Amino acid sequence: MKLTVNGKIVEVEAEPGTPLLWVLRDHLGLTGTKYGCGMAQCGACTVHLAGEAVRSCVTPVSRAVGKPITTIEGLSPNLNHPLQRAWIEIDVPQCGYCQSGQIMAAAVLLAANPKPTDKDIDDGMAGNICRCGTYPRIRRAIHRAAELMARGGAR
Amino acid sequence: MSATHSIPRRKFLQSSAMATAGLLIGFRFALKGEAAEESGEFTPNAFLRIAPSGRVTVIVGKSEMGQGVYTALAMIAAEELDADWNKVRVESAPAAPAYFHTAFGTQLTGGSSSVWSDYDQFRKAGAVARAMLVSAAAQNWKVEPASCRTENGVVIHEASKRRLAYGALATAAAKLSPPAEVALKDPKNFRIIGKATKRLDTPEKTNGSAIFGIDVKMPGLLTALIARPPVYGAKVRSFNADKARAIAGVKGVYQVPSGVAVVADGFWPAKRGRDALVVEWDEGAMADFSTAKQREEYAALALKPGLVARNDGDAAKSLASAAKKIEAIYEVPYLAHATMEPMNCVAKLSENSLEVWLGTQAQTIDQGAAAAAAGLKPEQVKVHTTFLGGGFGRRASLHAQFVLDAVHVAKAAKAPVKVIWTREDDMRGYYYRPIFYDRFAAGLDAGGNPVAWTHTIVTQSIMTGTPFESFAVKDGIDGSSVEGSKELPYEIPNLRVELHTAKTGVPVHFWRSVGHSHSGFVTESFFDEVAHAAGKDPLELRRALLAKHPRNLGVLNLAAEKAGWGKPLTAGRGRGIALHESFGSFVAQVAEVSVSPAGVPRVHRVVCAIDCGQIVNPDTIKAQMESCINFALTAVLYGEITLDRGRVQQSNFHDYKMLRMHEAPQIEVHIMPSTEKHGGVGEPGVPPLAGAVVNAIFAATGKRIRRLPIRAEDLKGAAGVKAS
Repeated sequence: MKLTVNGKIVEVEAEPGTPLLWVLRDHLGLTGTKYGCGMAQCGACTVHLAGEAVRSCVTPVSRAVGKPITTIEGLSPNLNHPLQRAWIEIDVPQCGYCQSGQIMAAAVLLAANPKPTDKDIDDGMAGNICRCGTYPRIRRAIHRAAELMARGGAR
Repeated sequence: MSATHSIPRRKFLQSSAMATAGLLIGFRFALKGEAAEESGEFTPNAFLRIAPSGRVTVIVGKSEMGQGVYTALAMIAAEELDADWNKVRVESAPAAPAYFHTAFGTQLTGGSSSVWSDYDQFRKAGAVARAMLVSAAAQNWKVEPASCRTENGVVIHEASKRRLAYGALATAAAKLSPPAEVALKDPKNFRIIGKATKRLDTPEKTNGSAIFGIDVKMPGLLTALIARPPVYGAKVRSFNADKARAIAGVKGVYQVPSGVAVVADGFWPAKRGRDALVVEWDEGAMADFSTAKQREEYAALALKPGLVARNDGDAAKSLASAAKKIEAIYEVPYLAHATMEPMNCVAKLSENSLEVWLGTQAQTIDQGAAAAAAGLKPEQVKVHTTFLGGGFGRRASLHAQFVLDAVHVAKAAKAPVKVIWTREDDMRGYYYRPIFYDRFAAGLDAGGNPVAWTHTIVTQSIMTGTPFESFAVKDGIDGSSVEGSKELPYEIPNLRVELHTAKTGVPVHFWRSVGHSHSGFVTESFFDEVAHAAGKDPLELRRALLAKHPRNLGVLNLAAEKAGWGKPLTAGRGRGIALHESFGSFVAQVAEVSVSPAGVPRVHRVVCAIDCGQIVNPDTIKAQMESCINFALTAVLYGEITLDRGRVQQSNFHDYKMLRMHEAPQIEVHIMPSTEKHGGVGEPGVPPLAGAVVNAIFAATGKRIRRLPIRAEDLKGAAGVKAS
């Protein structure tokens, strides 16, 4: 089947029920998207499917055919997405394992709501677990990214 | 290796795998766009390489699991080197004696000890390299080394206004012998140590390029999942793999010591194959085990005299004659580490060598166990340490569990293999923080002063049966069982701490802050009970009994002041304070909590003060306190592993819940300036949190929580301000 991943069309041979996560990781070598729970509980596998945040661990690859898929590797060419700039400025990550999913979830939140309140962040990010507890910095970084975007920092 | 390498470098390379570590698969931790290694690098010692480009590579034997150790240790070396910080990067060290923990005698990351373990040797490594670069420049200029100075990666001869960058001196410096003695900087001249410094690993962790064990790739690599025993200690009686083998992508099914491995060309076929396996188990001695029954046994044990861990005065006599007696039982459950990256390891076996790739906290143990399993010598095993997707102790396996899995499967499959634990495997994989059952009694004199304190602890030993038993278990007492309880800092004349070590069959392990994860909670909560029973302010009573403990008192006062202790609060909220020393650091926290009518607590704010001695990276200290607080709050609100009929009842994040964004409190961290020896920061923020929270709940509602996690039924109808 043909998939469009980070703007490129790729051909993969996979059983249609295979979760998109494992096609990205094992077939395409895009390991930035992480396995955390396999049941849409933790958000580490979050990618964009036609601009929506989906949990790729429970999304059959067949559902992704014909829709643009964006992974963390495709978010920006050189770490210049406002969220990545904010993440670096505030030094958000600790172990870093959940951060791809956090950033991809935050990107959809900001696309829909360029100036989120704390409550909006609570609601938008509730599906993403960080075991290192970087939540206070994720919150600050989302606010900071919103500022950067408002100043024309968006791509 | 190029011909320009000096003898010391070649010698060093013989004893380590540094030159090739990570090259093949590219997980080497390097700044973007740089070649993995340049020729003609200057390698003054095991910890540094300086390239002709000027790039400084710091080789770190401690594992980066989020605690910021790569950045902190690089800062220390770069300080004495006078390096240009923008040219510094870190590479993970191979398993080799050069990287042993300076106190533990094995390569291990744990005990919040990396900075104090490596501080002196990283300073010296930087200073030696600097001295050699200065000598190389002085020889070139034909001047005295003493007439040169260094600054930001450049040697400068002020008198002649000449300058040479470190990179330009690398080849010449590599030909010199290291000096036997070097002078270290006066700390007042530090320009990197002590300054808030951005982590070196943030960019990689922000674009998906950071490589964790689970991300390792190589040609021909297969993925395996293991069907593991449903009950601890169960053995495979028989299995039928016909359906598993029929699944496209499944390459083989093999019985291994830990169960039945399904090897496939990716995770998903391995998972489907494992789901299709039929395994019959001999369930063994643990088949009837339940934590409910265990609780009854611990309760009975707590009534009997145990081994004495501390005995001041005569607590029994003092209690008998006390004007007022307070008694309480406290309990904490088994806890899983639940690192975001489940356990995994890659093994590649050939006739005379073995390479393993994993996020590990215990390279030497892994190397030795892997060698034994493969029938090789330890020096034939290369351990490649990737980033760890969380550690919290779980990845310091004293039995090299993850490595052994991978070696056994690679041996059976005759191919390089990555064994991945699913979340369920990980959650049900044991090695939990032990259950503790604590019985307390305290006596007050007529003036409300505590005169007696008895504390009986029932738990399992973590250290017994491990390589650390000989120094960790003394006279039958595992130090980790009584740590933080035995050292109660409050001046109480009659104080007795006893321990019962139960022989429960569930494997237990280090869990972020180890025994302190329990003692911080129980001692600080019971102390709060004592203060209330005495009719005293919990902060004031602590102050009164800490006269001989200035560092405890210092953080206590700092946290109280910053939190506005005693000042009015939003209606419905209560404030609680707790204090705990662990891993050489002192932490006090004040929590502000309210409770909903349904009995759900909400922690609004936590003010934290830490005295961890001298400071390396203040922003990392803050980040670690934030992390500790949220990690500990997860345990307060949710953490509990239970067993019934020998089976672990939790399996994933739906029934072993984690704190989420909307539950995370506002956190303020205050660092006490100090010239004391370095303490830890990765763990010491965990122990006080539970006490601060339950003490705040008591202040808000009058309800005392003595068992974690907090159960809604314990707080139902408790909402609102305490009646008194």
